[in-house]
Amino acid sequence: MKAFKALVIVGVLAGVATVAAGVPAFRPVLGIWLPYAAAALFLAGMVRRVVCWGRSPVPFRIPTVCGQQRSLPFLPHQPLESPYTGWQAAARVAGEVLLFRSLFRNTRTELTRKKRLAYLPSKLLWAAALAFHASLAVIVFRHLRFFLEPVPSCVRFVERMDGLFQVLVPAVMVTDAVILLALLYLLGRRLLDLRLRYLSLPADYVPLFLLLGIVGTGIAMRYIWKVDLIAVKELAVGLATFHPAVPDGTGALFLVHLALVSVLFAYFPFSKLVHMGGVFLSPTRNLANNSRARRHVNPWNRPVDVHTYEEWEEEFRDKLVACGLLPEEE
Amino acid sequence: MKKTPDELLQIEYTPPARDWMDPHVDFEARKGTWSYPGAPKNLEYLGLPNPREWSPTDEDWKLPENWKEIVHEGFLDLLKRFRSLKVFMDCCVRCGACADKCHFFIGSGDPKNMPVLRAELLRSVYRNDFTTAGRILGRLAGGRELTPDVIKEWFYYFYQCTECRRCSVFCPYGIDTAEITMMARELLNLLGININWVVEPVANCHRTGNHLGIQPHTFKDNIEFLCEELEDVTGIHIDPPINKKGAEVLFIVPSADYFADPGIYTFMGYLLLFEQIGLDYTLSAYASEGGNFGLFLSHDTIKRLNAKMYAEAKRLGVKWILGGECGHMWRVVHQYMDTMNGPADFLEVPRSPVTGTVFDHAASTKMVHICEFTADLIHHGRLRLDPSRNAGWKVTFHDSCNPARAVGLLEEPRYILRNVVEEFFEMPENTIREQTFCCGSGAGLGNDENMEMRMRGGLPRANAVRHVHERYGVNILSCICAIDRAVLPTLMDYWVPEVRVAGVHEMVGNALVMDGEKERTTNLRGEPIPGREG
Repeated sequence: MKAFKALVIVGVLAGVATVAAGVPAFRPVLGIWLPYAAAALFLAGMVRRVVCWGRSPVPFRIPTVCGQQRSLPFLPHQPLESPYTGWQAAARVAGEVLLFRSLFRNTRTELTRKKRLAYLPSKLLWAAALAFHASLAVIVFRHLRFFLEPVPSCVRFVERMDGLFQVLVPAVMVTDAVILLALLYLLGRRLLDLRLRYLSLPADYVPLFLLLGIVGTGIAMRYIWKVDLIAVKELAVGLATFHPAVPDGTGALFLVHLALVSVLFAYFPFSKLVHMGGVFLSPTRNLANNSRARRHVNPWNRPVDVHTYEEWEEEFRDKLVACGLLPEEE
Repeated sequence: MKKTPDELLQIEYTPPARDWMDPHVDFEARKGTWSYPGAPKNLEYLGLPNPREWSPTDEDWKLPENWKEIVHEGFLDLLKRFRSLKVFMDCCVRCGACADKCHFFIGSGDPKNMPVLRAELLRSVYRNDFTTAGRILGRLAGGRELTPDVIKEWFYYFYQCTECRRCSVFCPYGIDTAEITMMARELLNLLGININWVVEPVANCHRTGNHLGIQPHTFKDNIEFLCEELEDVTGIHIDPPINKKGAEVLFIVPSADYFADPGIYTFMGYLLLFEQIGLDYTLSAYASEGGNFGLFLSHDTIKRLNAKMYAEAKRLGVKWILGGECGHMWRVVHQYMDTMNGPADFLEVPRSPVTGTVFDHAASTKMVHICEFTADLIHHGRLRLDPSRNAGWKVTFHDSCNPARAVGLLEEPRYILRNVVEEFFEMPENTIREQTFCCGSGAGLGNDENMEMRMRGGLPRANAVRHVHERYGVNILSCICAIDRAVLPTLMDYWVPEVRVAGVHEMVGNALVMDGEKERTTNLRGEPIPGREG
């Protein structure tokens, strides 16, 4: 039901874009105004989000420690799991951002028929998540060729590597296939795993359907209904250089693709996709486990009411004297 | 407890048809899985809001008139003070990696015990009240209006989390449910909603200096009694200093260590160790609690209770502080104490008077864990140890949540154990170290009325113990946490009755060869040592 709601939302968006792409008057809206508005919303929204996070202090040093602390020299310290310096903590965050190390730990808990608990390795989610994010990064990078003239050699290189398995003309991009499979897996597990379906919100399906729409239209343009790439490049360079125009030859399918990308960007800062920034700011991961060695300062350290020794002694004076913990008063 | 282990093991993991967003808890039907509310006298003593008599089974929880406003303002205040809360509210992608990592979910199958949904109980209100999308789209954006039923659900599920942080190990963003539970409990506390098993120890500790409410003369009596027992076993008379000014080290333990079986044997172990090495130390009747149930109530109460440690160290003029075996105590000491009540510039960087080792990893807080201290002694060969005096014990080690995931104190206790016992066996790797499972009774939930949930929450730990019991014949579960020592015996009796519970320093005390001692025929429990029967 929640997935259906999300599908309807994304379907309506794509439908509106398809209709609008066929109406000449709306083509500049899709090709110029929507991308600019989306870019502005994305930038402003992400800055606002990160500034909002940054405004709140980190009052306590609360890393989740996953390995041996640095204490005694004869006990081997695990710097990635229990970072002691800022650099070690940065390496830990890098491991999270680039390799999804925490997700790699994943296990599946099962109560066997003999009523024993088993913890089975479960790496598929990690593999799919990493495949999706890595492919997306490569695809975004590849898209630079539309915005830059001449196309930088590094972009050409990545493209060539990506298309190395050349079985068809045009070359099949590895990342196109991988991202599609990864997205389908991520969607499939949300729908088929009862537990996951129970806890998923419409907002968990929206980005998946949006991305599937974007990847789908992208692949279609490349392999099936080819669009005029020269027109696309003209439009992209125009956008990038603030001389926007929608060339006559711009395909409708491309405009739908662009519209979905724009929606994704606009949606980004107001959704769970902000995890892109949040992963760097998580205090359980980005702080060193050295709070006993170096004092962590809390800017709002609030004064509290304390029961002082003097008050305590006063209250228990008779008993303290009787048991000899306090000398009798003169 | 009425339900048998077999009955308890009929766990339904398939989620119900009802949408989780519709709050509903039948407290009457779920007796045995929640804790009694805080008694008004305790709230009054601590100056906490809205003290009153009430029960979760009541329809009307007697919330303050403007309760909604109080929660909204309180939430905003927490968001302003804690970046963690903001980031954790915004970043979750509901990937589900945490879902089956929670001992309460594994033991109960209740989907709201999946850490992700526990957090969503709070997050849905956050989205509704504080985010653009939630304010406009409401439920479509995952927002949920705050109603009395949501508050009731918060009470049920945020007092069904032991703040063990296991889920946080697996979360790709490190989202820490302990942090979320702490925030939710702060909010509930503003309405006078809390549990007595937390509020009473806090009130006791504030007044007498320890959770159990032991007054100074009884504190002294208890310790003297334990010393008599020790003299029977070892022939050595010990007279531990209390409130001694000018001692080198202030030693602070969780109060259960000088009060209840089997913690008292751990305490005996400490005393024997200090006697043998001639440590110049003192106990304190004022700072007579290492633990800190304030951690389970609010940040302010953590600070109120914790303040006594430094205050007493300063008053007595000691050089540094040594802390006993306790779990959440070490979360507070390691991650909060210096920030809240430091800087401890009146103390010196801890240095072992026996080995000369400088504990520079505690250079600022100036407090050292007893396992760090003892491991260093053993490494330098300063203790004569006879593991055969622990004969008969087949030992495994339970990493307590906080020493493991807050401190990273993983190898110290293992190093000690390998030197003091003959037979040591690890539980499976997914159940120890950073992946260790909670006892199921931490964070104030270790009371009798919550017994069914405790046995459910403790199932993963007990299951791992059963595994090593059947495989290697393990018969004792060692740990470095006073709550563990208080609650694991009950858990073992229920799931693995053949296994007993001990602190690491009880094992040290048994193995430690002392000058001038008589031949030991019994262990510290007064039970004959196999092969040495008198």
